[in-house]
Amino acid sequence: MDFRLTEDQRSLRGGLRELLVGRFGPEQLRGAVETGANPGWAALEGAGLFSLRTAESDGGLGLGVAEAVLAFEEVGRSLVPGPLVGTELAAVHAGGTGGVAVLARTSARGPLLVERLPSLQAVLVLDPDAAEVRLADPAEVPARRVRSVDPLTPLWEVTGPLPRGVPLPGVDPALLRAEGMLLTAALQVGLATRAVESAVGYAKQREQFGQPIGAFQAVQHLCADILARTEPARAAVRAAAVGLDAYGPTPDVLAEVAGAKLLADEAAVRGARDCLQVFGGMGFTWEADVHLLLKRAWVHERAFAGAEECAERLAAALVAPVDAEGAAEAAAAL
Amino acid sequence: MDLRDTEAEAAFRRGLREWLGKTLPELPPAPDPADWPGRRAYDTAWQRRLYDAGYAGVHWPVEAGGKGASPAEYLIFLEETERAGAPYVGANFVGLLHAGPTIAAEGTPEQRRRYLPRILSGAEVWCQGFSEPGAGSDLASLRTRAERDGDEYVVSGSKVWTSHAEVADWCELLVRTDPDAPKHRGISWLILAMDAPGVTVRPLRTLTGTTEFAELFLDEVRVPVANRVGAENDGWRVTMVTLSFERGTAFAGEVVACRRSLAELARLAQRNGAWGDPGLRRGIGLLAARFGALWRLVQWNVSEAQGGGVPGPGASVFKLRFSEARQELYDLAAEVLGAGALVLDETGSESWTAQRLQGLSYTIAAGTSQIQRTIVAQRVLGLPKGRGA
Repeated sequence: MDFRLTEDQRSLRGGLRELLVGRFGPEQLRGAVETGANPGWAALEGAGLFSLRTAESDGGLGLGVAEAVLAFEEVGRSLVPGPLVGTELAAVHAGGTGGVAVLARTSARGPLLVERLPSLQAVLVLDPDAAEVRLADPAEVPARRVRSVDPLTPLWEVTGPLPRGVPLPGVDPALLRAEGMLLTAALQVGLATRAVESAVGYAKQREQFGQPIGAFQAVQHLCADILARTEPARAAVRAAAVGLDAYGPTPDVLAEVAGAKLLADEAAVRGARDCLQVFGGMGFTWEADVHLLLKRAWVHERAFAGAEECAERLAAALVAPVDAEGAAEAAAAL
Repeated sequence: MDLRDTEAEAAFRRGLREWLGKTLPELPPAPDPADWPGRRAYDTAWQRRLYDAGYAGVHWPVEAGGKGASPAEYLIFLEETERAGAPYVGANFVGLLHAGPTIAAEGTPEQRRRYLPRILSGAEVWCQGFSEPGAGSDLASLRTRAERDGDEYVVSGSKVWTSHAEVADWCELLVRTDPDAPKHRGISWLILAMDAPGVTVRPLRTLTGTTEFAELFLDEVRVPVANRVGAENDGWRVTMVTLSFERGTAFAGEVVACRRSLAELARLAQRNGAWGDPGLRRGIGLLAARFGALWRLVQWNVSEAQGGGVPGPGASVFKLRFSEARQELYDLAAEVLGAGALVLDETGSESWTAQRLQGLSYTIAAGTSQIQRTIVAQRVLGLPKGRGA
């Protein structure tokens, strides 16, 4: 057992971080909010984000979900707008290129939303309990534009029945959903990481009562809590990804994926909230980037499976009748 | 990242499982929790079995009498013993997890030879004399005095929260040897014989109703200078080595235990109908995620410690989240039990309510959650110390 990153994994992560700092820094982020320009996308596409997992024979790197989540942690931290997860899944499972969003109906309340519908190449349709994943033409999705809470995630509401589309043979919907949950969870871990860094950076620099506010324990403890939620979530996401690569979507792995999504959502949403609190009045402005963190975390939180669904899945796994010997072996092997 | 056992780890796991499967059925029934001599005898007999089988101090360095197992193998040891329901470390806790590792790291060759084998074999039991009535979170403000008199120290003062004091042979004792130095620089780490004249132990009844801890009164107790571990006035640094051990893998077995308890709680909720409450059910699901992630965090911390030895300050994150998750577990159990949560004597010491009471100490002992947050903020995140902090 060795949880540490390999040399290759470290350099993958480091290279991506460096690229994103250069190509999607504070100015580009502001630019994206004001004009919708997204230079981060081209940078990521050029760096091969979407071909990390595609086969080497297809020009990809043939890496696993473990490497993909490391990359998506960095992407999440950069706040590059999507649809990143759907595009990656489509590249891996449908050989697609260009922006693809996932239409994943869940049991959750509220409308079915899809980001950037008119500019997509395709949509992946993922129905609960369906035996197949379908690829559909975005032009055939009946929808109307709605005002999105996140300025960097423009949204359309689906208003009628989804097009039939083309089934993707040999693509396991359970696996696709698990991968989508994990990649989204990795984005959330990245957001939570940015929340820690922003909160700490601001707390060191902002002075009140004659000292940096970060010298006050009340502020220190907010910052500590952001980190203390982020690190277990990071461990959970990485471990679930390694498990998915090694064993596929087994019941144990799927429960671990649900746990990873649940904790990553919590780390990102609550981390962004606490970061906003540390920023005080500045945090409530459009000018500070903190609101962008929180709004994106809210978007990801609803993707693939929300808190209720994840918690139910974990609860069900706890009481599922299992072959005790087999479970112990599997747990030991993980 | 590879979470599977290596071949060596898998072989270690198989051997341990086989031994546990053979040995555990031979154990006598566990003693009554209030029977301290009985508990000592039971815990040390278990330690002796581990020693004879070559599993005592598996992760201790070979020079210290251990097996030099990797941190990953030690984690397997904790995981498998807990999963098999083996006895808890109990009375051997301070020796195996505090005093022993400290002496192994900082003691003289004589001290290592004298004390370590008897810790490993269960022959001797240790207790911890750190906290004082006036020195809790601010441990470095401790006032128990040790004055040099020839080749002895004369020690006077009092200690509190001394677990296993009633049955211990030795005490790892922090004393002030230089009252004029800054508080962190005038402390020394001594080995105190619990039968020395002037040592008085008074059991301390906790809110659980039992006497898990004791107060320790020291009245001009003579301790040989040869019993000092580390240099005079260097005891704070020596202590930090010990405490970082405590915040590292010390709770790994408990994470496994909590995951098992949570599964038990879920089945209990199914039987009594509480499972039909979605809020409760999802609360249990969320806690399954928390314990699962904390186990992964332990694996990660252990991997980082491979080759390093002393776990880093990231262990504070684990301690903070785990002690809170454990308390959530017992609070959820109370929701499942309803009014049954008010009844202590239904299933004895293992009852959910007894554990809920004991659990109240988890966010206090070994560094309160508030202290942990301050450590994370200042040492991990690099936030500045404020005035007076």
